[in-house]
Amino acid sequence: MTRVGWIRLIVIAAAVAALEAACRLGLIDHHVVIPPSEMAQALVRLLISGQDDGQIARTFGIVIVAIAISVAGGFALGVVIHALPRVRRALDPFFATYYAVPIFIFYPVLIVLFGLSVMPIVLMGVATAIVAMVIATLNGLDRVPRVLGKVARVHRMGAMATALRLKLPAAAPYLFTGVKLAVSYAFIGVIASEFILAPAGLGRVISDAYTDFNNPRMYALMLLLVIVATAVNMILHVFDQRWAQRRGIGKP
Amino acid sequence: MIAAKRAADTLLLLIVMVLAWQALHQAVGATALPAPIPTFAYLAKFLPSARFGESAWATLVSFFYALLLSYAIGLAIGVWMGFHRLSGAVGEPILISLYTLPKVTLYPVVLLIFGLSVAGRVTFGAMHGVLPVALLTMNAIRNIPPVYLKSSQALHLSKWQVIATVLLPATLPEVVAGLRIGFTLTLLGVLLAEMFAAKHGLGSLIINAMQLLQGEEMVSVALVLFAFAALANALLLFIEHRLHRRV
Repeated sequence: MTRVGWIRLIVIAAAVAALEAACRLGLIDHHVVIPPSEMAQALVRLLISGQDDGQIARTFGIVIVAIAISVAGGFALGVVIHALPRVRRALDPFFATYYAVPIFIFYPVLIVLFGLSVMPIVLMGVATAIVAMVIATLNGLDRVPRVLGKVARVHRMGAMATALRLKLPAAAPYLFTGVKLAVSYAFIGVIASEFILAPAGLGRVISDAYTDFNNPRMYALMLLLVIVATAVNMILHVFDQRWAQRRGIGKP
Repeated sequence: MIAAKRAADTLLLLIVMVLAWQALHQAVGATALPAPIPTFAYLAKFLPSARFGESAWATLVSFFYALLLSYAIGLAIGVWMGFHRLSGAVGEPILISLYTLPKVTLYPVVLLIFGLSVAGRVTFGAMHGVLPVALLTMNAIRNIPPVYLKSSQALHLSKWQVIATVLLPATLPEVVAGLRIGFTLTLLGVLLAEMFAAKHGLGSLIINAMQLLQGEEMVSVALVLFAFAALANALLLFIEHRLHRRV
């Protein structure tokens, strides 16, 4: 690991240790925050007992479904919109504003429409994630070098072959950025919806544990979510860096 | 000419959205989703009412303080990490992973610390807004071409002259971009906090309206927030583009 990496690790470890010390010394009330070591213990116990396995599977299942729909649907929409410049120009202000509007204000509307079920949560996850994928697809297709079209004509490649063997690889890095954003947005969309109102799921369980003053359970599940979200984002980040390096534009 | 065309496109988009809304209303029925025209009529009555005024004011106050905190802390972290290379290299990945974290998860902790007070909603809003402001400010400072600093040295500018005539103009467009995203996310944070647990504010008004099945009120509040966020974003985007063109 590099020197900077070590320093970063030490900074994070020091922050956790400081929290642990503050909790143990009574600077932070036990009813407010429990020591990180107790959070980890509670998480291990919870995972071994398997009592929340159903909720965990449900939430991560919804996240995965939302990601799949967003990536596939966002890519397809992006390709269609890219082929229709007039539609695209009309949609430009929509894309520019989309992430400026707190779309969670429409979650209650979805609940009234679909009832308190999985449906509004999946839709909220898709709604937060899909537009990032559409924008990334448009970006990627915009940046396919013109010369590739000429190469295709010289080689008399069909439309399918051009799309699959030239355009897709050329746009791939931008598409991957879209996937990365879609993943983290889908997490936020699904979990925030579960927090606000949901029949089940991790967000709901955490908010119930909060209402019941069940701190070990609450902090254990929070820790789980933080670990999973951070791990997924880090893996995607590492892939991104590798790709960039292979194309010779990344940091060495 | 271009501006007129763009305005026409935006108008077209709004019309299509209202038509889609009407179609959805026809499909699902009036109890689930009220039609556009009755909703606008309700909105016209609802906007001057005291109930809306109180809630809007509560949200605005929380949002104002949260924004102040987001900008002050975000700019401070961004400036520090931008100038101090080592802190920047150490801190950037930490900030990025915090940025991608679903921060709603941590709201109960904020509630346990602050209770159901304005302070909790302000803190939660600021938690969302600080990170983009810090990250973009840091990048803006790092991306200053070194030749700018060298030429200001060659001209024997004083420290304040360097800040006012070189650093500020060079970083401003990107910093404003950070402030714009910070604005958006702070608003999101405050509203999420109000939706999750609050007796005041527009977020709680929406949740109440949903529970009482008052579709018109629910959609009205959503529309007001939509318009507020979209207009503020357009204004900040306009400033950003102006600054970019000037450089």
